[in-house]
Amino acid sequence: MAELGRAALVVTLGLCLYAVVAGSYAAARRRRRLAGSARNALIAAFGSTLVAAGVLAAGFLRSDFSLTYVANHSNRTLGGVYKLSAFWGGQEGSLLLWLLILTGYAALAVWVNRNRARDLVVWVTPVLAGIAVCFSFLLVVVASPFAVQAAPLDGAGLNPSLQNPYMMAHPPFLYLGYVGLAVPFAFAMGALLSGRTDERWIVATRRWTLIAWTALGIGQLLGAHWAYVEVGWGGYYAWDPVENAALMPFLAATAFLHSVMIQEKRGMLKVWNVVLVALAFCLSIFGTFLTRSGVVNSIHSFSESDIGPWFLALIVIAVVFSTTLIIWRLPLLRSTTRLESLVSREAVFLYNNLLLVALCLTILWGVAWPILSEAVRGTSVVVGRPYYDFFLRIFGLPLLLLMGIGPLIAWRRASLRGLGRTFTGPAIVAVVTGIVLLLLGAGSSIPGLIAYTFSAFVLAAIALEFVRGTRARRALSSESWPGAFFSLIGRNRRRYGGYVVHVAIVLLAIGIAGSNSYDSVVEGKLAVGQSLALSGYRVTYQGLTERDTPHAAEVRAHLLVSRNGKSLGTMEAGKNSYKIAGPDPQVSSEVGIRTNYLTGEDLFVIPEQINDDGSVYFRIFVKPLVNLIWLAGIVFLLGSVIALWPDAREQRRLAVRYDEAGSPVRGR
Amino acid sequence: MSTALILGAVLAVVCVVLVALPFLREPDPLSDELDALTPERRRRLALSEERDRALAALKELEADHRAGRVNDEDYRISIGPLRREAAEALRALDGDARGKGEQAGRRDGGD
Repeated sequence: MAELGRAALVVTLGLCLYAVVAGSYAAARRRRRLAGSARNALIAAFGSTLVAAGVLAAGFLRSDFSLTYVANHSNRTLGGVYKLSAFWGGQEGSLLLWLLILTGYAALAVWVNRNRARDLVVWVTPVLAGIAVCFSFLLVVVASPFAVQAAPLDGAGLNPSLQNPYMMAHPPFLYLGYVGLAVPFAFAMGALLSGRTDERWIVATRRWTLIAWTALGIGQLLGAHWAYVEVGWGGYYAWDPVENAALMPFLAATAFLHSVMIQEKRGMLKVWNVVLVALAFCLSIFGTFLTRSGVVNSIHSFSESDIGPWFLALIVIAVVFSTTLIIWRLPLLRSTTRLESLVSREAVFLYNNLLLVALCLTILWGVAWPILSEAVRGTSVVVGRPYYDFFLRIFGLPLLLLMGIGPLIAWRRASLRGLGRTFTGPAIVAVVTGIVLLLLGAGSSIPGLIAYTFSAFVLAAIALEFVRGTRARRALSSESWPGAFFSLIGRNRRRYGGYVVHVAIVLLAIGIAGSNSYDSVVEGKLAVGQSLALSGYRVTYQGLTERDTPHAAEVRAHLLVSRNGKSLGTMEAGKNSYKIAGPDPQVSSEVGIRTNYLTGEDLFVIPEQINDDGSVYFRIFVKPLVNLIWLAGIVFLLGSVIALWPDAREQRRLAVRYDEAGSPVRGR
Repeated sequence: MSTALILGAVLAVVCVVLVALPFLREPDPLSDELDALTPERRRRLALSEERDRALAALKELEADHRAGRVNDEDYRISIGPLRREAAEALRALDGDARGKGEQAGRRDGGD
């Protein structure tokens, strides 16, 4: 069926090319039927890409090793679900997933908006199709997943480190995020091309941006959890270039989600918002370039390929295209109002934006420096962890504080007396927390202590917001406390959903500070019966067992764990030797993790080396509060869902606005 | 010809039909022009956005005051300009609508 897959991709390329040419012509000449035809071409492109993806998925499920890609990333013993996730285990398959998600998003975006603001949406079709042309071209010409060969008896198998549930979900979520940023980008460019620089494009893309941003955030947390349990180095984020590649567009999109509120509330920052959307999209393409070109050395990247220059060309086109449009439309993007005070909520949003973009660009510099230094001087100078940690503290801690200050300050302006009143409660909570933590010994890490103090301030400010809002709601409607609480959230979903997301960020900050600033480590070679001790734990090595499974030979070290003399039971850590093609078996460390769900602390055991005499070299960490990072993911998702939930009252208000203005919600 | 190629051809035909659908549905339309915002509609939309912004700001201030985020003094200072802004936005929108009505009336009278 490889021919069908290839044919489907050629059809996708043809449809997308048509959508670009016909869509641009229809938009420029205001041809209604041709615009509809271009839109349909984009929708049909999703259908044909779905067929191509179906063919490849069927190839994996049937172990059709006549497909080179399937043979290189799967084998007969691979478990059922991993056979499917092997789809995106390599360059070509993951590019196809990219295209599938892109055409899916594009089809949905143009279909949902087909009767809204047509003069704007008509330009969105060619922009989205243009991005899809690039990817379908790569899949047809440069990196086809449908190359065939004489079928070998068995395939090479999937990289063992990818055989993990988190790695099954991590790439699709990341792609949903990366690709999702193409939709607000296309609407922003559509707004510039059509000259409709009013709020329409923001209204149309608000949910798309939030969905992409949520997916990117969840994708990164899934990847961090995968690194934590699977890679076996004792951490979850290594400032690896490919990890940073996902963080940068997330930061730019976070800045956009905040600054867009200033445009909605005050009619300000129109240029800035368009710049942020373009930046987020270009960074998502840059991230894809980093992952796929082989220019950086990363465990997350695909092997070196000749696909890099194509992505570089796409980045250049996107940057030049968006910059030219923004400059061309500058006169239409002038703000209608000005910042009234530097002590106001919009000013806080502005500071937040500056810090987020500064952090984003600092990371970009750290990622780009090795590439630039190699290009200029011939030697790659790698930017290490201290660089990133330093700037995370410099920009991240003030950002954390601003999350608490923002909700306490009114829009437009705030007096010092008013500020004093609203800040007193959270400030007292923060100071008391800081003093208590200092007395408990948290002063060993000043950044950690500051992070906890600021976190307490933010949590107190958010709690105060909920209490005040619920009380005011009760006074208005005489509802019960729970009724008023839920009614408050239901009537202000974006605001209170946003606060829940802020709680998630605070949990994340506490988890990162705890596990990085207050962790402890011990290492040593143990024979049976010997033990290592740290932070009150005692880990005693009891011996090895071996097990043979269809996929791997597994060796496990059994450990007895106690804390302060009290037995906590046993745990295992070991290595898997995977049976895959090649001269050497692939070996992975299977770390042992014991979680204390009450304190969020982990005892983390890495069997660095298993010796022939039965002794094992262990590295053992105690990571306080690390589990708050994963809890943050759940809270983050909850907050995003609240913010995303449709608000009928707002929909009605917008419908009135656009009907009044004669911008038909249901046009011809 | 293999099954795969036949399926590929069917896919291509379905896609072509879908792309041609707007022309097949309306081979000879009365108008093939897209809706567009005239400068007049654009201005009205800008005024509507101004009005919504001003009313939302008023509502927000009331809510902030009720919730205790804004004290009485700040509330008194802010409420006046906000009410003025909202009134101006509403007046501008009304004036625009009246102007349009008069224009339409003159056009009707002239016909």
